[in-house]
Amino acid sequence: MKSYKQTFAGLKHAALIPFFVIGDPDFDTSLEIIKAAIDAGADVLELGIAFSDPIADGPTIQKADIRALSSGIDIEKAKDFIKKVKAYKDIPIGLLMYYNLIFQYGTEKFFTDFANAGTNSVLIADLSIDDVDEIYTPARKAGLDTVFMVTPNTETERAKKIAEKCTGFIYTVSLLGVTGGRDTLSDMIKPLISRLKSITDVPVCVGFGVSTPAHAVELAKAGADGVIIGSRIVRIIEENLNDKKSIPAKVKSFLTQIKEAIVKV
Amino acid sequence: MKHSGRFGQFGGFYVPEVLIPALEEMEQAFYKYYKDEKFVAELNTLYKDYAGRPTPLYYATRFSELVGFKVYIKREDLLHGGAHKVNNCLGQGLLAKYMGKTKLIAETGAGQHGLATSMIGALFGMQTKIFMGAIDVDRQSVNVHKMKLCGAEVISVKGGTETLKDAINEALRYWTANVTDTFYLFGTACGPHPYPTIVKHFQTCIGTEARAQCLEKIGKLPDIVTACVGGGSNAIGIFSAFYDDKNVKLVGVEPAGKGIQTGKHAAPLMAGSVGILHGTKMYLMQNKEGQILDTESISAGLDYPGVGPEHCLLKDTGRAQYVAVDDKSVLDIFDIFTKCEGILPALESSHSLAWVYSQKGKLPADTIVVVNLSGRGDKDVDIVERSRK
Repeated sequence: MKSYKQTFAGLKHAALIPFFVIGDPDFDTSLEIIKAAIDAGADVLELGIAFSDPIADGPTIQKADIRALSSGIDIEKAKDFIKKVKAYKDIPIGLLMYYNLIFQYGTEKFFTDFANAGTNSVLIADLSIDDVDEIYTPARKAGLDTVFMVTPNTETERAKKIAEKCTGFIYTVSLLGVTGGRDTLSDMIKPLISRLKSITDVPVCVGFGVSTPAHAVELAKAGADGVIIGSRIVRIIEENLNDKKSIPAKVKSFLTQIKEAIVKV
Repeated sequence: MKHSGRFGQFGGFYVPEVLIPALEEMEQAFYKYYKDEKFVAELNTLYKDYAGRPTPLYYATRFSELVGFKVYIKREDLLHGGAHKVNNCLGQGLLAKYMGKTKLIAETGAGQHGLATSMIGALFGMQTKIFMGAIDVDRQSVNVHKMKLCGAEVISVKGGTETLKDAINEALRYWTANVTDTFYLFGTACGPHPYPTIVKHFQTCIGTEARAQCLEKIGKLPDIVTACVGGGSNAIGIFSAFYDDKNVKLVGVEPAGKGIQTGKHAAPLMAGSVGILHGTKMYLMQNKEGQILDTESISAGLDYPGVGPEHCLLKDTGRAQYVAVDDKSVLDIFDIFTKCEGILPALESSHSLAWVYSQKGKLPADTIVVVNLSGRGDKDVDIVERSRK
């Protein structure tokens, strides 16, 4: 199974990391969309398991969660989904989700089962470094890498502590706020990338509000090791629900533009 | 964070990284000021002159005759704004002022916390935004008008169940984007640390007063203290003063909605399991996978799938006992109590009255029960009318 370390070491450009909610708008379409994203040159996948109350997400991802839940996605199906993605291509997969789903499943069992399904890491949106002990050892024991978030208002001493606990990459939030497409990048992100680069060698991947090829290029130039694009792609799904078959090609075309742009940096 | 914010296994601060600095700042400010002489003096003056504390402990003569034992009512309904919420809002509002914050946000269910926050926003000249589920905006329209009159902006939250849970989701999302200048004035003894501790602290005045009033008026402590429990702030406020009085039984009353067995209720202590939502580990209404379930209660203020972490611990240790009463009993007691005493109880507080009524004929005549009447029922007149049709 391909690790983050191998992936980042092998790349001469910033990694393209699209985010999708598993099962949005339904299991089969979702799988086709993700295959299209892989074909477009995704280097890592960031996948969400839908939660009823996603407090870190803006309206676009909230609606994706509702679509996925309405289409009947659950933890077992999500696991099966990951296996199917891995069967298509050995690409690193990070999960991004909320703690309650893991807690109910049983933390150790969740990590073990999802590691076996082909997951590389599980980032928990509502669990901070202060509670790292609840998950770090079980995650490492299961063979998972760890990923935590750093935000523009995270103080440097704390960011150091977080970086020490990230064996995969640092999920670097570009702005203060929830997920969602934005027209411009926040002016907080470049200083944050520099700050992180000065304290750690762990790959710095930037997400939240990253929406255009120009944003991706700007971040890559600023030193980001990866760009995570979520809401902007999920919106393609939302806008084409009456013609689901067209979505994979549209997602592929959008991600191809981004990939071509970052490869040139 | 200096403290873990744990109540046994419950509590904590399970929030996105972006909110940690704000919670740390709040924790630090709280511990800096909560015993500060100037802060305490200022708060006590506001409690007295603005809110109307101390509230009376009233012996409900006719209701006592009806149930066959002695019922005393802690009259939080007489406070400015019509509910206990003002205690917490003055405390947190003053804290916001000491911290130099100029903007307040809050969630609200029944609108009582939204109204109290709006009042305090006006009092301190702070810009105020209230997040309220669209269904609650509709069923508690009088309070919405009052909030707007105080100068607050009321944001109707669509999507989800359109009740208190979704109002909290949206307030948290707004806070993450405005965390540097905005103070989130949380309404109940729930949510991430330090809120359960802060809210409890500012509500303990209820219990401290009630305990002293019992000793002064009756010459002894009550046998039972009861309060309704949604998030649980009014209950924790009155219970906490009696923790060490082992002979005082504490009874929290949850909303059974259409009935616990129907699943259409909001009683996580009665029928929930341990989980994590809105930053805290608590008993929660959820499915097997951990998705949060829709709740149902005639009282918007109790219509929430979780409950404060300290109540979870009190349940597990057995120090407090939790029961539930359904919507029908609540509507019945609203009528009975109002006709008996000429006091309109809020539908939230009616839950504890309904439990007291259910004990009719079961308790000895010399039993002393203190009911925390956490709010007045003026806001509920429309709901009660509609339910009769």
